[in-house]
Amino acid sequence: MAAGIFRLTRAEAGGAVAATGLALLIGGTLAAVMWQAQGLSGLGPWDWRAVWFTLWQAALSATLSSALAIPVARALARRRFPGRSALVTLLGAPFILPVIVAIMGLIAVFGRNGAINDALRLAGLPEVSIYGWQGVILAHVFFNLPLSVRLILQGWQAIPAERFRLAASLGFGPRDVARHLERPMLRAVLPGVWLAVFLVCLTSFTVALALGGGPRATTVELAIYQAFRFDFDLGRAASLGLVQIGICVCAMMLAWWIAIPAAFGAGLDAAHMPAAPGGWRRISDALVITVAAGFLIWPMGAVTARGLPQIPALPPEVWEAALRSMVMALISATLALILTLVLALSLARGRMQWVETAGMLPLIASPLVLGTGLFILLRPWVDPQSLALPLTVGVNAIMALPFGLRALIPAARTLQRDYGRLADSLEMGGLARLRYLTLPRLARSLGFTGGLAAALAMGDLGVITLFAGDRPTLPLQMYQLMNSYRMADASACAVLLMAISFGLFWIFDRGGHLA
Amino acid sequence: MKLPLMLVLLAATPAIAQDKPVLTVYAGESITSEWGPGPKIEEGFEAFCNCDLRFVTGDELSRVLMEGERTEADIVFGLNTDVTARARASGLFAPHGQDTGDLSLPIEWTDDIFLPYNWGETAFVYDETRLQNPPASFAELLEAPDDMKIVIQDPRSSVSGLALLLWVKSVYGDQAPDAWAKLAPKVLTVTKGWSESYGMFTEGEADMVLSYTTSPAYHIAEEDDTTKRAAIFPEGHYFMTEVAAQLRTTDQPELAQAFMDWILTPEFQTIIPLANWSLPAKLPQDDWPQVMRDLPRPEKTLFYSEDEAEALRQPALDEWLRAFSG
Repeated sequence: MAAGIFRLTRAEAGGAVAATGLALLIGGTLAAVMWQAQGLSGLGPWDWRAVWFTLWQAALSATLSSALAIPVARALARRRFPGRSALVTLLGAPFILPVIVAIMGLIAVFGRNGAINDALRLAGLPEVSIYGWQGVILAHVFFNLPLSVRLILQGWQAIPAERFRLAASLGFGPRDVARHLERPMLRAVLPGVWLAVFLVCLTSFTVALALGGGPRATTVELAIYQAFRFDFDLGRAASLGLVQIGICVCAMMLAWWIAIPAAFGAGLDAAHMPAAPGGWRRISDALVITVAAGFLIWPMGAVTARGLPQIPALPPEVWEAALRSMVMALISATLALILTLVLALSLARGRMQWVETAGMLPLIASPLVLGTGLFILLRPWVDPQSLALPLTVGVNAIMALPFGLRALIPAARTLQRDYGRLADSLEMGGLARLRYLTLPRLARSLGFTGGLAAALAMGDLGVITLFAGDRPTLPLQMYQLMNSYRMADASACAVLLMAISFGLFWIFDRGGHLA
Repeated sequence: MKLPLMLVLLAATPAIAQDKPVLTVYAGESITSEWGPGPKIEEGFEAFCNCDLRFVTGDELSRVLMEGERTEADIVFGLNTDVTARARASGLFAPHGQDTGDLSLPIEWTDDIFLPYNWGETAFVYDETRLQNPPASFAELLEAPDDMKIVIQDPRSSVSGLALLLWVKSVYGDQAPDAWAKLAPKVLTVTKGWSESYGMFTEGEADMVLSYTTSPAYHIAEEDDTTKRAAIFPEGHYFMTEVAAQLRTTDQPELAQAFMDWILTPEFQTIIPLANWSLPAKLPQDDWPQVMRDLPRPEKTLFYSEDEAEALRQPALDEWLRAFSG
């Protein structure tokens, strides 16, 4: 028993150390910016408008994304068809797309000159506009629907097959299944999903800037950028950074209050599928899957169609940057996996809410504040430029944490609840426990986490622009091409970026399934 | 294990010539990128300076202001005139020591610290195959039907966006709010930077894009495409220039001065037009590349002095914000 307590403490201590490190980094960089500014500055009316817009667009985006994800996840959970697993993976793609690439795709489909408006014009119908707040919401749903579907689908798959079989033998209809199995699961999963999407949209920057249509759709992150770049007002940037963190903490407290873990008990991991009702539900499921797939895959297809022919003509620098970015993404993903696992395992053992909050912090920490803070902190000791690539790798690993945690915490909690006591009583610990129990049982979530981290790192442009260096990453190279009028090369670059991000995600995700 | 390879790839810093003095130049990424003028400038200067010119990429002025007197920069390259007032106020910069009396700029340049190396004017660029009747003046642009869509850049995040703010102010003065009210319905969207806007324009999303009088030169020279044109307005176009300055705190004063001396030479100036897609600050028109000579030129150039622009910035921004958030 004593050994058990010792192990318990050690696992928790790991999480506490990681969480403290995170909190120190996020808080420290914010403090550094404040210190450089010698205090905080007050916010003007335009800043408050930005806060308000940020809040409501994030809330609406999160509500729409998670609500629309439920039928899609349910249809995918209970139907089997050829190419299903490929489709599930492909549906995850928008979330990991670099923002600018996704915007190109959305414009190609929904833009003024896009396919949908072309069709509407032909049919003599009024056009739809992607510009304005509706465009921001559309883009946010495009990005976050896949994440929501994945997380909810995992919830469905986490219901043991035995429950569904029991339900079938009790003669449960779809309504009873929904009431006794699906709703409790959704009750447990949805708040986390909503929160994750809300937080992602909170710090959204480029989307609002490209599609927002102007000052009506200014987000807090843009206000921070403006404070840095145009007003040199670090104090205001820090104030806005604090507001962002404040909103996040409130949202998280709200989500905890709503969330109750579903308890289904352990199953035997039989390959299973929830009952698949026939009749109109069959047709509606098919319809839901088709519409969702069309909405998510079409824009990516449009980007590919445009950029693909140009790829052979890409200059060698682009390929160099692609290789560099890939290596960075792999290291980032490894770091993210280790960090996420440490945090999730310790969270599974005790409900240390502050650790979970710390784990979510990177999501709302402004990349601009983080980068500038790091610059201020590191500058007296080293040349930040020489650390541009390692810093980018580290920051990207941290930025992927919140998503990894969302996927891993529920799995780790279930693992702990179902097998923790057994493993403890067998005195199974250390590497053996990791090797034979933890890693295999968490493989799927870990694969997803690693894939997500690698893909996000691949597409990230955030911190690198502050330190840039003379070895650009692929996303930076794409911006440079755009800045030199080379739009055709840039769209080829976009395809390359998309293909690599997606490839990395796919390898990790598949790996998790096969392990 | 692949880790060692990864570490090598990450840690490998470019070989720095050990014995040569280093001139550190802070510049934006559009300058230092493979497709900007940076590589040619570096090559040209290193050919005679017996030194190593090192570009440090990033947000050059924010960085210098944060670093203050401890900055390692010897030169800051590529500032726009909208930030020179704040740069000057920092007291970090030293005079350039050049004669600016005979520059090929449409305005007089008397600044003794910030030395212009290129210039151009803001303009709305269109594709003549898509827009048959482009507005012939700013007034016509304001009166154009609202379904003629333009994309512009946010003045709070982009220099060209800010230039438009000042352009409208200098043409319309106190009537600027009315002008914005007429322009706003035609604005398809406002983007963070120039490249997003320009991308939307080339994709056919917008009929006109806020860009530069020199933009068509790229399409002609690199793509053999003569359909992209800048609409020239008789009300005048707003002048934009990028400047360089040397730091007072430089530890390489001779090298920094040599670099400043080199900027206005024909050797440097001939790099600019086709690498930076802007006009050279000191080069007789006969020496411009043909494509630049052929571009239609505005008859009137508008420009606010640094102090005027600084004073106008906030009120003009408020007018713009009000017009676009109604």
